[in-house]
Amino acid sequence: MPTLTYRDALNHALREEMARDPEVFLMGEEVGVYQGAYKVSRGLLEEFGPNRVVDTPITELGFAGVGIGAAMAGLRPVIEFMTWNFALLAIDQIVNNAAKLRYMSGGQVKMPIVFRGPCGAALQLGAQHSQNFESMYANVPGLKVVMPATPADAKGLLKSAIRDPDPVIFMEGEMLYNIKGEVPEGDHLVPLGLAEVKRPGDQVTLIGWGKTVSVALKAAEQLEAEGISAEVIDLRTIRPLDVATILDSVRRTHRAVVVEEGWYFAGVGAQVVDEIQKSIFDELDAPVLRVNGADVPMPYNKHLEKAAKASPEKVVAAAKQVLYLV
Amino acid sequence: MATTKTARKTDTKLAEKHRHYLRQMLLIRRFEEKAGEAYSLGKIGGFCHLYIGQEAVAVGCLSQLRDDDYITATYREHGHALTRGISPRSVMAELFGKATGTSKGKGGSMHLFDASRGFLGGHGIVGGHIPLTTGIGFAIKYKDGDQVSICFFGEAAINNGAFHEALNMAGIWKLPCIFICENNRYGMGTALDRATATWNIAERASSYDMSREVVDGQDLAEVMAAMDRAVVRARRPAAPTLLEIRTYRFVGHSMSDPIHGHYRTKEEVEAHRKRDPITIWADQLKAEGLIDDAAMEKMDEEVKAEVADAYEFADQSPDPDPAELWTDVYTEAAAGGSEVTG
Repeated sequence: MPTLTYRDALNHALREEMARDPEVFLMGEEVGVYQGAYKVSRGLLEEFGPNRVVDTPITELGFAGVGIGAAMAGLRPVIEFMTWNFALLAIDQIVNNAAKLRYMSGGQVKMPIVFRGPCGAALQLGAQHSQNFESMYANVPGLKVVMPATPADAKGLLKSAIRDPDPVIFMEGEMLYNIKGEVPEGDHLVPLGLAEVKRPGDQVTLIGWGKTVSVALKAAEQLEAEGISAEVIDLRTIRPLDVATILDSVRRTHRAVVVEEGWYFAGVGAQVVDEIQKSIFDELDAPVLRVNGADVPMPYNKHLEKAAKASPEKVVAAAKQVLYLV
Repeated sequence: MATTKTARKTDTKLAEKHRHYLRQMLLIRRFEEKAGEAYSLGKIGGFCHLYIGQEAVAVGCLSQLRDDDYITATYREHGHALTRGISPRSVMAELFGKATGTSKGKGGSMHLFDASRGFLGGHGIVGGHIPLTTGIGFAIKYKDGDQVSICFFGEAAINNGAFHEALNMAGIWKLPCIFICENNRYGMGTALDRATATWNIAERASSYDMSREVVDGQDLAEVMAAMDRAVVRARRPAAPTLLEIRTYRFVGHSMSDPIHGHYRTKEEVEAHRKRDPITIWADQLKAEGLIDDAAMEKMDEEVKAEVADAYEFADQSPDPDPAELWTDVYTEAAAGGSEVTG
């Protein structure tokens, strides 16, 4: 199995899907001539031409809407946002049009569209470039929300998202583009809506997605060194949420910590906790805890920024708390 | 002889068409009057925006389209839907929220759809549907088609970023789009000159390297002629157009707004009512001998009967099945896990 970066795995997914289906096209800022702000679309303009790799003006609202209109007329657009921070300008199009047109038309309008781009904090990019919005989009019926954590999932989930008949919010980790991993060749598809147990364990369940999967895995290693067995679950898809995999794990461990890059209040973690408490309350041996990014706009200073992020140390501390070891 | 015969046949066909346009405008007028009545009786809920006074815009523009062209419109779209051939029964039923409505009762007055006729909504956010029109135009060009993608919006939408962004991209990519600004002078209660720094809306097209025309929207013949030119430009090789069609809303912004309110005077409304698009067109047909008072009265009676039938149909139709609450959110039911998460 070849080893690829997360970035190249995404690139392969786009290339394969565009080669497979002439109705798939890529549109966004700097996706063509510039080869992608993060080089995810490298080489695609040369391979597929300017009709299918379309550079846009800096108009997130506008080109998100253009993608939605193109989907209404039978195409399968992949709309790239340079980052999800900028997509706030397009949220009216995504929430009021992409998510609702099927329902409001009584099922007549089809909306096979993917909105994708990087999210989350990188390094010292400041408050406006260091944000997570999966909880906002996951709140909206009509949308699916996907956040791959590994190169293999980046490829397999993006290919599935492009083939999906409904609008998919596809959030890539800005800090994950350079990570490497084995990626199956060819038509590697990972179905939406399935979480994965990344590491088995039996004393506490650590639940992450996107960038926090690696945070949880590091925490699990540290816990193992202290003789504590932690199971790590990668949600992979936020909506539809794979509740069964979460419950199956917590039924065995009886304790859980949810690790989220984004803010605490009304975050995805709150939904995960609710799913656990309402279904298997009696299985819990401790309240479920959440580790989140600090509830502040991201500061620029590198020490403050580090303090704001969810870290393995914070996860270890929370795990010990639910195990009543502190 | 043969030539004369053909000419006469063409004349008859054209005359029929012209009478049909009159009938379409009358249908909108009577339909909207009935909808207003139904709203007052509580048969229609939510917001309800009537099209009375602007009928020549929808009829004139849509008369120039082919069946495979695409249309998006605002929340004041009953008239456009009817003109596109969606039955008064299914439009009225949608207003009533019934299962037999265009969107199975899940859209309402502001969200009428008929994908089989290229009628892609009924949109409730001012300006939010204009980029969709550009996107539909993009898809047409992508597939090397020769359809056109047209969009109706009010003059209040032109100060919205969506308008600018959508027209700019249609201009860059030379898409087969026609952007139709129905300038009825008021965005709800805010007059054009209080909301827009420049009065000449059509001139904005110059910012997008786009053709433009200013059209008298009360005169059906002028609307048809301008739209004909725009459609010729939009079909292959494609070039977009901005039409500013000047018209007037004879009624309030919505059913909850009085006819003139604080923002316009009764005298102003009365003055505009004297340029009724139906009367202007009917007078022209009468002058050409294509219709007389008796025939027009008969046409009006037929239209009223059709509207009464639509009302009855909507009133008698069932509400959507409670299970419909959960359908059409995703392609596969419950893909969002709604049943799981309750």
